[in-house]
Amino acid sequence: MLVNQFLILAAVLFCIGVYGVIARKNAVLVLMSIELILNSVNINLLAFSMRNGSLDGHIFALYIIAIAAAEVGVGLAMVLLMYRNRRSIDLDELSEMKG
Amino acid sequence: MFAEATEVATEAVLRSGWFLEHAWAIPVIPALSFFLIIFFGKRMPKKGSEFGVASMLGALVFAGGAAYEWIQRVNGAPEGAFVSPVVKTWTWWQNSGISFGIGQHVDGLTVAILLVVAFISTLVQIYSLEYLRGDRRYTHFFASLTLFSAGMLNMVVAENMIQLILGWEIMGLCSFLLIGHWWEEGANSRAALKAFFTTRTGDIGLLTGTAILFFSANEWTTKTLGVSGFSIRGLSSWALSGDPGHAAITMGAIALFIAAIGKSGQFPLHTWLPDAMAGPTPVSSLLHSSTMVVAGVFLVARLYPVFFKGMDILGGSANFIVVIGGITIVIAALLAFVQTDIKKVLAYSTVSQLGYMMMGLGAGAWLPAVFHIFTHAFFKACLFLGAGSISHSSSHHSFEMKKDMGGLSKFMPITFGTWIISTLALCGVFPFSGFFSKDEIIDNVGHNGYNVFMIVGLTGAFLTAAYMTRATYLTFFGQPRGASAGEHHEEESHDSHAAHDDHADHGHDTHDSHDAHASHGPHESGWLITVPLIILATLALGSGFLNAAPFGEKWENFKKWVEPSAEVINPTGIAYVVGSVGESRVASDTPTDSTIAPTEVATEGEQVAVEDPAASHTEGEALMAEASGEMHHESPCGTETPEQGVCMAPQIHHAPFKWSKAATSMLIVLAGFLLSLFMCIQLYEKKNKKFVGLTERNKALGFGYKLLVNKYYLDVLYEKIIVRSIAHPIAGAVYRFNQKVLDGVVNGAGTTAKGIAGWVYRNIDQRVVDGAVNGTGSVAHGAGSALRPVQSGKVNQYGALLFGAAAIGALVLVIVNT
Repeated sequence: MLVNQFLILAAVLFCIGVYGVIARKNAVLVLMSIELILNSVNINLLAFSMRNGSLDGHIFALYIIAIAAAEVGVGLAMVLLMYRNRRSIDLDELSEMKG
Repeated sequence: MFAEATEVATEAVLRSGWFLEHAWAIPVIPALSFFLIIFFGKRMPKKGSEFGVASMLGALVFAGGAAYEWIQRVNGAPEGAFVSPVVKTWTWWQNSGISFGIGQHVDGLTVAILLVVAFISTLVQIYSLEYLRGDRRYTHFFASLTLFSAGMLNMVVAENMIQLILGWEIMGLCSFLLIGHWWEEGANSRAALKAFFTTRTGDIGLLTGTAILFFSANEWTTKTLGVSGFSIRGLSSWALSGDPGHAAITMGAIALFIAAIGKSGQFPLHTWLPDAMAGPTPVSSLLHSSTMVVAGVFLVARLYPVFFKGMDILGGSANFIVVIGGITIVIAALLAFVQTDIKKVLAYSTVSQLGYMMMGLGAGAWLPAVFHIFTHAFFKACLFLGAGSISHSSSHHSFEMKKDMGGLSKFMPITFGTWIISTLALCGVFPFSGFFSKDEIIDNVGHNGYNVFMIVGLTGAFLTAAYMTRATYLTFFGQPRGASAGEHHEEESHDSHAAHDDHADHGHDTHDSHDAHASHGPHESGWLITVPLIILATLALGSGFLNAAPFGEKWENFKKWVEPSAEVINPTGIAYVVGSVGESRVASDTPTDSTIAPTEVATEGEQVAVEDPAASHTEGEALMAEASGEMHHESPCGTETPEQGVCMAPQIHHAPFKWSKAATSMLIVLAGFLLSLFMCIQLYEKKNKKFVGLTERNKALGFGYKLLVNKYYLDVLYEKIIVRSIAHPIAGAVYRFNQKVLDGVVNGAGTTAKGIAGWVYRNIDQRVVDGAVNGTGSVAHGAGSALRPVQSGKVNQYGALLFGAAAIGALVLVIVNT
């Protein structure tokens, strides 16, 4: 089986994710985009793992899924706090760190 | 477990059984229960106490089973033969050739003490159900109490020194927790700290001694027995083998004995014991009868060969142990006379009795000393629980004899009866249990040539009778005073035992129905308190008959079951064998082979017989024949180096019992009793002018009284002089060092540095560095201004920059790689 197809799928997903991170103003959508990026990486890992006939990539993918779950948990908690404090989750308004 | 063939092959098959093989479970049960209480105790209907009581009952059943099977084992063995202990080991951890085992070493001594500890712990826990009802840390109390017993049980079954230290330290910790149970009161937490620190002082000796013995013994034990230099049986046989150098074993024994001094409240580290009365009474009872303070005596009894050789016991002159024991007996007994707190009288009496045990051990009276541990546990627990019963039900939670007690024999018949029985046992009156143990100690000490110490022992007996008479008189006779008379003096009572405040208040709230001492004056306690008292009093009366020397050999069962025979034995009998016998030595030499699987030494003898009958069995028989033939009474153990095989216990002769000697000590006790009674009546009843206030009029007596009231100024010595003389000069010296030396150096360095710095400042700093710095600054400023728009504070832009950079990086990578 060709690895290319997987890689292209992963690249497409990655680009969609990056676009989402850059262009979206809604924090939840940004988080979702980050998930997309992570999953595209997972696809890459699995593709190469399949090609090399090794289990390492699978294990890494599982690992990433677990960490992604934790990351989403923290992210959503932050979004909730943000909403509680400002009544909005628009990322553009969060520019107090402006230099 | 035994094949038929083996029983035929050798007649020296030792019986074993399930409980003996599983004696290691005895400490495990309460240890597990501790965690159950901690995690689930508060949610249980009885607040966790049911776990404690149930686990102690379980431990008691196991200990009883083990004791029964041990007796079977001894009875099944040939007369005078060494009954090998039931040993099991697992590897706890191992590192660079040293492996620590954990397991069990069960022999007569272990079984006897296990039984006592489990028994007393059970009764004390039952008693505490009532005594601490409604206490605010009820669950934690039971948790600590259970762990405390677990620590002692673990120490008693310990297979090696490391396991013994583990149990020893668990006890130290739990005693701290329990003595400071009512820590809200400053005095209690100070007492807890004092107990902890004082015993820690001794504990240094335990670690040092263990290390000394390990490094001197390990080579021999590994070679001869295939066990590590930590194991009890290894150390015991090593000490008697003639291998140890004089210095090593002496230093080791002294270090270990210092630990025993701290733990067992021997002079001069006894000062923590009376203060430990700040804990709840059941704790005092447990601590003073069978667990904490017995640990030190047990240590000496356990590693007796080491002390026997190291201290040169029976060597003809006084040794360290016997001297310390003798001093302790007398000074503690004298201190008991000036106490007004009933628990403190009992505390000093414990110290004094421990002195007897130590003196006995130091003078070669091993068995009487161990037997005294056994009997003392029952009557001392009973006395303490009796004192608790009085304070719980009659004297409004006060322990002051002079202020709040008196005339209680009418109101508390059961407590009074049990108290009298235990007091008679403590004084060593025939036929109560104390007589059979204490008198034997005194007798054997004299028999072994320590005549001075026999007189010390007799003086101690006199003093014991006298101070116990005084305490009994003040408590149970005369007119009721203070709280016992129904008076309410909240102030004093709270001052002296403020720790009980909370408890007392709870008491009134929770069991008004039957515990109405506030309004109805003194009365008998409930059955949860009286039943343990009655059981203990029965044993205080009866347990002496287990080793009733006066009635002849037949009655000396305790001696038969507990005392190890001083027979020269084949090392394989006690060796640590892994796998098949052929490889045994090799296997145990290399730590890698000491697997997790339990190794059962109990049946080793049989295994040897099965697999290699020709060699080792015949050799063993030859040894046995030799031993029983010409050395049954004169074993070389202890006096010379055994030529073949090893010894596990030194040869000790027992004094033949003589009624004339017993009568002498009875007369001395009677004299003490009468004199004390006379003085009590004159002082407290008739208020005779001649005696009242004598200490103020007579200078010598006044000095003695002052010395006793101030506890020989030992506390002052420790806290004011030693701590201060060490801490203050060090602090002062450090301060001066700081001011003069360090500051001088610092100032000098400072002045020099200042000169150099001036030059550097003018030439290098101003011109070179500042130029560079300013240049850097302006560059940074420019760059900052240029980059400022990038720091927009918008996450998306950052993200875009990140990915852009990553993309460029990726591109560069691709270009470089292609």
